[in-house]
Amino acid sequence: MSIISRGFGGRRRDPSPDLPPGQYQAHDFPVLSAGPTPRIPLDRWQFSILTETGEEHTWDWKQFTALPAEDVTVDIHCVTKWSKFGTGWKGVSLDTLFEDVETAGDYVMAHSVGGYTTNVPFEDLLDGKAWIAYEYDGEPLHPEHGGPARLLIPHLYFWKSAKWVDRLRMMHEDEPGFWENAGYHMYGDPWQEQRYHGD
Amino acid sequence: MATVRETREETGTARTLVLDIPEWAGHLPGQHIDIRLTAEDGYQAQRSYSIASAWSADSKTVEISVQRLEDGEVSPYLTEVVEPGDQIEVRGPIGGWFVWRAESTAPVTLIAGGSGIVPLMAMVRARGRQLFRLIYAVRTPADVLYADELRRRAREDFGLDVHFVYSREVPAGWPVPPQRIDIAVVNTHGWPPDFAPDCFVCGPNTFVEVVADMLVALGHDPAKVRTERFGGA
Repeated sequence: MSIISRGFGGRRRDPSPDLPPGQYQAHDFPVLSAGPTPRIPLDRWQFSILTETGEEHTWDWKQFTALPAEDVTVDIHCVTKWSKFGTGWKGVSLDTLFEDVETAGDYVMAHSVGGYTTNVPFEDLLDGKAWIAYEYDGEPLHPEHGGPARLLIPHLYFWKSAKWVDRLRMMHEDEPGFWENAGYHMYGDPWQEQRYHGD
Repeated sequence: MATVRETREETGTARTLVLDIPEWAGHLPGQHIDIRLTAEDGYQAQRSYSIASAWSADSKTVEISVQRLEDGEVSPYLTEVVEPGDQIEVRGPIGGWFVWRAESTAPVTLIAGGSGIVPLMAMVRARGRQLFRLIYAVRTPADVLYADELRRRAREDFGLDVHFVYSREVPAGWPVPPQRIDIAVVNTHGWPPDFAPDCFVCGPNTFVEVVADMLVALGHDPAKVRTERFGGA
């Protein structure tokens, strides 16, 4: 039940049907990071998938960028309430990366350089729903926005799209990552407005 | 649900709202609240605002300071329309990372750009005997939030240093011309890395980006540098 805010008109009428509840449309690209931006040289960059049995699949930058890549245009939704429509990315689909990975894990912890983590159900990464992106708007992904490469899971709040991702660790049970431990929602569906614990 | 108890003009474009929230169970300095406004036709807008006040069990009030953005939707309402007695829908406290905990004994470096002072002010107000150094970058003296209180605290609060950096206009008699924050300022007026301080940086994104890089370059452990940013890249 909401009360009327006396004298509040609001400016943005007829919000786009593409805008999830509680969001507003941003035209710039705000940055949300918990700490300093790491600068990762490409010759030291590495990405791996670690399964629950301890098997590790690793790609260096050259191997990674030689994989088939896709151009995707998606809307993104940050839990801090901005949404940005029609963002253009290039990246490798997680379907491609998991092609030769044997796993029975149902959950994934994404790890980033600098210690950031975030948890995602495995099924949310597959079937064309997620990428490791390394270009934004036709340019190499800027470090501020997670470059050289970040997760891109546009159907969840954007904190799940971990910047500077360097490892996906398969898990049998769901565990909270960095923001999830700090009171944010375990799943984070913007259309259900799952911002915080208890939503 | 919050009721506006009092409003205070901090600068020409920033206002503090003192909110009575009877069911408020307390917060940590650095946390924020979400505010939701509803127009008569049901249209809603939500924004997050950092809490400026330290928690006191006696008062049950929460203060936020809002910087008016000329093209904003919510901030003009909160800075120009809202009056004491108005009710506002709030949710919180929110955030568990950009927070300072009073049980921590480590020295603290706070670096604010513009209205990024707000959550850092909550830390200054909650401080006990820990050693704090605050670097506060603004354009002009007229842009300083909490100016009188900061001057008083810098004088009277043992263990708190406050250093202002003015980028466009300095007060009369200020020893240096306008300057941007640089690594020498951070090095001189923040704690050295050897002291392993907790560092909190808040402000517009470009400011935070530059300052966080300086702290890392000076040898601070990136894991001890916590940032909160607003605005685009």
